[in-house]
Amino acid sequence: MIDWIAIFSNAAQELISPTTAAYALAALGLAIHFGYTGLLNFGQAGFMALGAYGFAISTLSFGFPVWASVLVGVGASVIFALILGIPTLRLRADYLAIVTIAAAEILRLVFTTNTFDSLTGSASGLQGYKGGFADLNPIPPGTYGFGPFTYNAYDWWIRIVGWTLVIVFALLTWLIIRSPWGRVIKGIREDEDAVRALGKNVYSYKMQSLILGGVYGTLAGMIFVLPRAVVPANYQTSLTFFIYAILLLGGAATILGPIVGSMIFWVLLSFFSGFMARAVEAGWFPFMTQVQAGQLRFILVGIAIMLIVVFRPQGIFGNKKELAFVK
Amino acid sequence: MSSDVTPTSKPVKSTGLHVGEAGPGVRKVDPILTADSVKRTFGGLTAVDVAHVEIPRGAITALIGPNGAGKTTFFNLLTGFDKPDEGSWEFDGRSLAHVPAYRVARMGLIRTFQLTKALGLLTVMDNMKLGAKGQGGENLFRSVLPFLWRKQEDEIEEKAVELLTRFKLDTKREDYAASLSGGQRKLLEMARALMSDPTLVMLDEPMAGVNPALTQSLLEHILDLKSQGMSVLFVEHDMHMVRHIADWVIVMAEGKIVAEGDPHTVMQDPAVIDAYLGAHHDTDIGIDTEHVEVLKELIDDEQ
Repeated sequence: MIDWIAIFSNAAQELISPTTAAYALAALGLAIHFGYTGLLNFGQAGFMALGAYGFAISTLSFGFPVWASVLVGVGASVIFALILGIPTLRLRADYLAIVTIAAAEILRLVFTTNTFDSLTGSASGLQGYKGGFADLNPIPPGTYGFGPFTYNAYDWWIRIVGWTLVIVFALLTWLIIRSPWGRVIKGIREDEDAVRALGKNVYSYKMQSLILGGVYGTLAGMIFVLPRAVVPANYQTSLTFFIYAILLLGGAATILGPIVGSMIFWVLLSFFSGFMARAVEAGWFPFMTQVQAGQLRFILVGIAIMLIVVFRPQGIFGNKKELAFVK
Repeated sequence: MSSDVTPTSKPVKSTGLHVGEAGPGVRKVDPILTADSVKRTFGGLTAVDVAHVEIPRGAITALIGPNGAGKTTFFNLLTGFDKPDEGSWEFDGRSLAHVPAYRVARMGLIRTFQLTKALGLLTVMDNMKLGAKGQGGENLFRSVLPFLWRKQEDEIEEKAVELLTRFKLDTKREDYAASLSGGQRKLLEMARALMSDPTLVMLDEPMAGVNPALTQSLLEHILDLKSQGMSVLFVEHDMHMVRHIADWVIVMAEGKIVAEGDPHTVMQDPAVIDAYLGAHHDTDIGIDTEHVEVLKELIDDEQ
């Protein structure tokens, strides 16, 4: 018999999990890039990797305190954005897409290679960098919460920090998008020559947007590794596409979209994979093995992206009139 | 817009703009824009090769010429949207060579496009506000603190409402620009250009695709620019319009300036007829209806 309670409780936990918060923040960065400025950044996984490795390496190899490690990660992603943007932002949007997808892969392979094993831990990655962050935890040791949301002090601490960051950056994004700065980047999204003819330095605005959204991705990368280890295999291109799926689900040019999109995405994914694993175990699908059931959810993500783009391109919260790719 | 201007009234023409005999590259009494040996080639094709030209200040200048004469390319070169192979050009005494397009715009030289670039996914009001210069809130760091730019934003909005009222678009201010008609988009683009208080307005085919009912109002808006002290340079194919509002006409053909003069004399210049019909127009090679139409218009206007 299938254990429905376990399936639902696992799915409900995803609602406030740090992973959901990390994806929401990364998707918010992508909303600035793709949703508001029209920059096709396919390398958000690279920005997240820089956050994770920047934080972990500065803590482990150089013994930096938490704040300095965070700054190292953010600094690395600003430099990464400049390297990506300087040659490509003068060109058509598609070139940025090609360069970002390649650059993110290069980063991942550099982190995987054995050459830098002493720093990066190569394929097995890094762990043991959480001490400084755990020491900042003001919550006394113990177990808190109710029902499926029962965690120890450290787990609550990651959730509180993660979601606080999401809320702070959502408010920040809301502020800048409704300002004249937001008006300029929304103009650029549609026709950069028109904006240039009005005396705006389009190149500089695109660069600012690329850096800002990239920093969101970097901070998301740090939240992402707090409940787990830093493993290079996590930063494959598929990570970027999951974030795109979340963004499109919630609405590309919205603030709430990436956040609610991330919650829906993870709750459904957890529900579906929990259900499939148990259903196969119970013999409901005799033609399928456990391994196949595990892969099925990724197929489902692909189908979901296609259905959203075809039937609801503006996402859950989007305004169809204001959407870049619906003309 | 001055409502007392009736469609039939003749606009007041500015005269005495040039020094000496009118001809290609003639000196102007007070030029706002000058260009010297500006050349642009695309592979083997020389699109623009202008030896010398001066655009008079405070007047409406028309740039005419047959298709492929290099008018739009010349426009792009002057406004920094394209880079010439060689040459120098100045706006208000300041060199424009190697100046990026956005800085040209900030100097007070604002252009519009042949294919209208109203931003359809922004509201009419946001389109207008985007046109204003020197906005504090367009700085990323200041944008987070609304109290730093709120006052300026209100002033910009006030000015935008005033301009929209003049262009009869004030009822559309909250609509997305994509819902406007082609002619209204042209009006919006022109109104948006005025948000930055330009000194020279360059209009690339302002009448293209505008229905006749709106033509008259667009014409009056262009004449209005002159009466407010702005200089206007426009590209146009409609000879009636050129004759009606232009104070000075520059004719381009095959990338070169072939004739200059006031609209009445320039149309009789043999170089202009050659430009439209080709140097061998008296040899019978069949009927070229488009150019015959243009000539008919010229002759009609004469009478």
